Amino acid sequence: MTATPRPGDPAITPALVAEHGLTADEFERLRSMLGREPTFTELGIISALWSEHCSYKHSRPVLKTLPTEAPYVLQGPGENAGVISIGDGLAVAFKIESHNHPSAVEPYQGAATGVGGILRDVFTMGARPIAMLNSLRFGSLDTPRVRYLVGGVVKGIGDYGNCVGIPTVAGDVMFDAAYEGNPLVNAMCVGLLREEDLIRAKAEGVGNPIIAVGARTGRDGIHGASFASEDLSEENEAKRPRVQVGDPFTEKLLLEASLELITSGHIVAIQDMGAAGLTSSSAEMAERGEVGVTIDTLKVPQREQGMTPYEILLSESQERMLVVARQGHEDAVKKILAKWDLTAEVIGEVIAEPVYRVTEGDHVVAEFPGVRLVTDCPQYHPEAREAPEAAVRRAQDVHAVAEKPEEADPAWTLERLLECPTIASKRWITTQYDSTVRTNTVLGPGDGDAAVIRIRGTSKAIALKTDCNGRYVFLDPRVGGRIAVAEAARNVACVGARPMAITNCLNFGNPKKPDVFFQFREAVFGMGDACRALGTPVTGGNVSLYNENPQGAVYPTPVIGMVGLIDDVRHVTRAPFAAEGHTIVLLGDNTAELGGSEYLAWIHGVVAGAPPACDLDGEKRLIDALLAAIGGGHVASAHDCSEGGLAVALAECCMAREARPLGAQVDLSAWSALPLRALLFGEAQGRVVLSTTRAALVLEIAKRHGVPAAIIGTVRSASAGLVITVGSRVLRAETARLSRAFHEALPRAMQRAAAEAVDRDPALAGGTR
Amino acid sequence: MKSFRVSVHIVPRKGLLDPQGKAVADALHTLGFQAVSEVHVGRHLVIDTAATDAAAAEFAVRDMCARLLANPVTEDFEIAGVTAT
Repeated sequence: MTATPRPGDPAITPALVAEHGLTADEFERLRSMLGREPTFTELGIISALWSEHCSYKHSRPVLKTLPTEAPYVLQGPGENAGVISIGDGLAVAFKIESHNHPSAVEPYQGAATGVGGILRDVFTMGARPIAMLNSLRFGSLDTPRVRYLVGGVVKGIGDYGNCVGIPTVAGDVMFDAAYEGNPLVNAMCVGLLREEDLIRAKAEGVGNPIIAVGARTGRDGIHGASFASEDLSEENEAKRPRVQVGDPFTEKLLLEASLELITSGHIVAIQDMGAAGLTSSSAEMAERGEVGVTIDTLKVPQREQGMTPYEILLSESQERMLVVARQGHEDAVKKILAKWDLTAEVIGEVIAEPVYRVTEGDHVVAEFPGVRLVTDCPQYHPEAREAPEAAVRRAQDVHAVAEKPEEADPAWTLERLLECPTIASKRWITTQYDSTVRTNTVLGPGDGDAAVIRIRGTSKAIALKTDCNGRYVFLDPRVGGRIAVAEAARNVACVGARPMAITNCLNFGNPKKPDVFFQFREAVFGMGDACRALGTPVTGGNVSLYNENPQGAVYPTPVIGMVGLIDDVRHVTRAPFAAEGHTIVLLGDNTAELGGSEYLAWIHGVVAGAPPACDLDGEKRLIDALLAAIGGGHVASAHDCSEGGLAVALAECCMAREARPLGAQVDLSAWSALPLRALLFGEAQGRVVLSTTRAALVLEIAKRHGVPAAIIGTVRSASAGLVITVGSRVLRAETARLSRAFHEALPRAMQRAAAEAVDRDPALAGGTR
Repeated sequence: MKSFRVSVHIVPRKGLLDPQGKAVADALHTLGFQAVSEVHVGRHLVIDTAATDAAAAEFAVRDMCARLLANPVTEDFEIAGVTAT
C-alpha cells in the first residue's frame, strides 16, 4: 500500500514545508525515506516527530554523556518517567517537564495542563502520584504582565493539583528580567508503585488492538510547536493555535482507570497522548516494541465535526491515553473504563509489517517504512562557541562595585535582600496549593530545605526538591550546571535524605546560535560531573529550547528535580532553628566570592563575575557528614546557604517559621579578613547552617569526613534579634523587622496587580513549549 | 454625556474544551433531556456607563472585554444589548 493525498489537502510547496519547521535537507531526507512525495498528513506527522520536543535532534548527543545507571535504577531515560527502587518492593517514578510556551500565552490553562501532562507521565508507569513540585521563573514583578502571569500560573497549578487530589509540596521560584516575556513553568510529579506493577510504553504482540482512552479529540493545540512564535493577529485567526483546556476531574478518572487497567493484566502498554498527541504516542510505542502499527483516524472519538486525519493526529487535547491491549481483552478494557465514565475505542492494531500506517477508513493517508520513525530523525552537532562578552562579564572584578551609602549598615542590606522576591517567603504562592492532601506530607513548603513525604507501611520517607540558579549558568555554564545538582543534593541532605537520582528540565534558547549551544553543552557536562561525583544518575527529563524573546534568550536554566531517600522518618530535619540555647555550627567554609550573587543583582543591578566555585568532592563529603550527624540524632535544624549567602540563611533560620520566631548571636570574627559583604552575602557553595545541642559530636563527625566546621554562635530568643559580629563590625537586626521584610514582600508586590489594568497580550509571548 | 446600560455575553471560545458545559450537558442527559447536544457556560455582565452615544458606549465595553472582562485566548464575547438609561 502507499499513501495518497486526500481531496482537499493543500499542495506540498516549499513555503508549506518551511511553515512546518522542516529545513530543505530534512524535507529531502523525508522524500528519500518515502521514495516519493509526502502527503500533507505525512508532512504534519514528521514535522511533529522531528521537532526538538520529540526528537532531541540537537540535544541527544550531548544528553548521552549523562550518567544514567545505578543498581537501584529500574527505568532510565527513554520512557514516560524514570523509576528507582526504594526497597521493600517499592519504587518511585518521577519526571519533570516544561510547559513554558502554553503558559506564556494562557498562564492559567498552560500551567494547569502542564500539571496534567506530567501526572499522566507518572501514572502511565503504573505509579500512583503522591506529590507535585514546580520550578517557576518569571520576569520582574514590577511589570503588570509578569504579575498577571504569576497569578495565572500559580492558580492554574493549584486548581489542577487540588482537584485531582495530589499535594503540591515544593519547588523553586525566581524572578529576573531575563525571563521577561518567556516565563519558565516546569512541573514535576512523583509517584509510588510496587516494583512488580511497573509497566512500560512498548507496543508488542502482533494482532493486539490499539485503544484510544479518555477524553475525545478536538482541535486543541494543533501546531502547538510549529506556529508557536507566529504573531497572533486577527488575520491568521483561522489557524490560531487553540490553547488546550484542562479538565482535572476527567484526569482523576483517567488516573484511577489507568492504574486499574495496569494491574488488571488486560493491557501490554500505555502512554499519555502528550505533545504531538496521537502521532508521537503511537510512533514511540511502536518504535520501542520494534513493531508496525496501523491506525484508522475515523475510529478516533472526536469532539468536533469534520476533523481531518492531520488534525486528529496532531491534536493535543488533554486527558487522553493510548493503550495496547491483549487481543480478545477489548471488552474487558472497555468495561473498566465504563466503570470510570470514560470511553475506549479500538482505533488500530499492532502489525508484523514494519510500517507506520494511518488510514481514514480505507484510504491510506500516511505510510512510513520502518519502525524507527522517532530516532531516525536528523541529528545535529551544532557549533558551540562561547560569546566573547560572556568571558568579559565573568572576568569583571565585582569587588570593585562601589557600595551604596546605606550599606554602611549591613542590616539595611540584609533587609533589602529578604524583600527580594527570589529570596522572600513564597507563602503567597504555596498557600494556594493543597500541600497536605493524602496526609503523608511530613515537611511541606517552607518547612525545610526539601519536601518530605512519608511512605506508609514503612519507616521510610522520600525528600524532593527542584533547583537551578540560571544566573550562575549564564555566567559559567559548566560551574552553574554543577551547582544546580549540588545544591539540590545539599537541600535534600539537609532534611536528612540520601540523594538518589535526578530528573532534569533543560530550558535554553535557540540551539542554532553557537553561544546558546555552548551554554547547553557545558551545562549538561557540568550536571554530568556533579551526578557522577554525588552518585545521582539522571533517569529522564525534558528539553525545552527556543526560549527566546526579542531581547534575547532566557538565562540557561537546567532545572534539577532531585529525589532523596530517608530510611527513618524520625530523623527528618527542619530548616528553622528549633529552640533557644542551641549551638549554631557552620559546615563548610566562607570565602571572598561575590560573583553572580543575588546581592549584586538585586542591590546593584550587576550580573557579573564568576559564580562561586563548586568543589564536588567537598560537596560529597559535606553530604556524608551531614547525613551522619542527622542519622545520629545530633542535629536540631539544618539549612543550606544559597541566594543571599550566610546572613540571609541565618535570618531565615530565625524567622522563616513566623509563628515561632527566634534570634541568634553569631560571631564570624574568624573570617574578618574577608570582605564583609562577601562574607555576609556572598554565595560560596558547600555551606550548611545547623543547630545542635551536641556541637562537639557534630564537629567530630565533620572532622572525620574532612569537612571544615566551626561553632559560630548560639540561638537566642526573638527579642534578642539577630546579631552578627565580625571583628569590629556588627550587624544588628530585630527579628520582627526581618520577618516582615521576608514574609510581606511577595503579597505586597502581588496586591498591586489587582489595582492595575491587566495587560493580556498573547502576541508578547515567544518561544516554544 | 448620556447614561447607557451595556450587556455583554462572554462564552468559552468555540472549539475549546468546556469542562463546565460538558458537566452540565451530562447532568441534563442523566435527567432525561436526551435532545440536548451541547451546553456552554459563560458569563453575562451588565455595565452602566456614561458615553456620548450608544456606539461609544459599545466601543468602550468592547475595549473593557479585550483588556479585562474576557480572556481573548480562551473566551469570545458579544455585546448583547445597549440601552439608554
